[in-house]
Amino acid sequence: MRSKIIFELAKKIEKEANGIRDIKIMHLCGTHEDTITRYNLRSLMPKNLKLLSGPGCPVCIIPDADLQAVFHLIENANVVLTTFGDMARVPFEGKSLFYFKSKGCEVKIVYSIFDALEIAKRSDKPVVHFGIGFETTMPSTALAILDGIENFYVFSSHRFFVPAINHLLSSNIKIDGFINPGHVSTIVGVKAYEKIEIPQVIAGFEPEDVMLAVYQLVKSIKNGENKVFNEYKRAVTYEGNVKAQMVMNEVFERENWDWRGLGVVKDSGGKIRKKYEEYDALKVFEDIFSNFEIKEDPKKRACRCGDVLKGLIEPLECPLFNKVCNPKNPVGPCMVSVEGTCNIWARLGGC
Amino acid sequence: MCLAIIGKVESIEYPFATVNFKGTKKKVRIDLIEDLKIGEYVLVHVGFAIQKVDSREVEQYNEIWENVINSLQ
Ligand code: SF4
Repeated sequence: MRSKIIFELAKKIEKEANGIRDIKIMHLCGTHEDTITRYNLRSLMPKNLKLLSGPGCPVCIIPDADLQAVFHLIENANVVLTTFGDMARVPFEGKSLFYFKSKGCEVKIVYSIFDALEIAKRSDKPVVHFGIGFETTMPSTALAILDGIENFYVFSSHRFFVPAINHLLSSNIKIDGFINPGHVSTIVGVKAYEKIEIPQVIAGFEPEDVMLAVYQLVKSIKNGENKVFNEYKRAVTYEGNVKAQMVMNEVFERENWDWRGLGVVKDSGGKIRKKYEEYDALKVFEDIFSNFEIKEDPKKRACRCGDVLKGLIEPLECPLFNKVCNPKNPVGPCMVSVEGTCNIWARLGGC
Repeated sequence: MCLAIIGKVESIEYPFATVNFKGTKKKVRIDLIEDLKIGEYVLVHVGFAIQKVDSREVEQYNEIWENVINSLQ
């Protein structure tokens, strides 16, 4: 049944795209890349339609400066550091948070930030959570801060995703339409995208969802309709999750922050508001950060993660792909994270 | 990191609920969801229910997609 639906949609896309100019559609979520590669959906696309992968992997877009700052903190302060598994494997100068763990630093991998809170409740040390993720994850970090555990702090590397779409539009990458990230959209709702002037479809993560989104985008591109359609109605509403938006905006404000590949994205940084600075690791440990200096990692000079995240190249175009850089020995974060395009292509055989 | 999975709410002890993911049960926080009831489906991300999901779409998958295909001109 499923393959029948997918092939039906492929025929409809083919028919719709027949005779039109070459178009580029970019998706913005690692889970969409997983679906596209796992089901080999690119092979079902017409020749004049290119499906690009964008900056939708939260681990991948975090610049090395954030990672170095966290390394600096655990090297210089007696803290317990908690984070999610993928983040702990990202290398800088050949070291990762797992390396520091193996050297005796207290680095703990958590599934949820609430596991970190439980660790803080049982510990007499400061517990710092390395907070990463887009609007999908930020409300949970906000709630953890609002829980008010006194030895619990957050190093925020959170980024608001929606500003990145505008940023991509103002760059020189020519994109004709976006498949918007389904899970970010459950929080921000359809309304968050309405002012962005390009065809967009909010899509779920089944292959049928992606194919239907592509079909709708081809139609919109053909008709010059710069609108946002919601294909993921089963989970995304017009308003989004208003309660989650409220807690997120209560705790975080927006700053212009750097993204790997994209550079500085206006209003995308999830900075902890002054009102909650007693939980902000950057403020609480400001003495430790005062002598912190950002360096470049010479090991990453040949890594082209930045271009992969902008959709400028595919992983196969990186000379290190599946040679020096592979899921067991990743050079860049796009090969570390299970949502990174290089990792997905290496595991599932993208082409 | 942006992964989220759908499960069915089996019991509620606010701010937690036990959610069944195709046989695997997990305790998740539900503070961000208004009016959650036992038997409803939720999307769960990093231990958090982030949105309710239309149960009809989960339970009548094939029928709904057949209708979608038929509705496209
Ligand atoms: S294959 Fe490895 S080195 Fe190349 S862009 Fe991807 S992560 Fe970077």
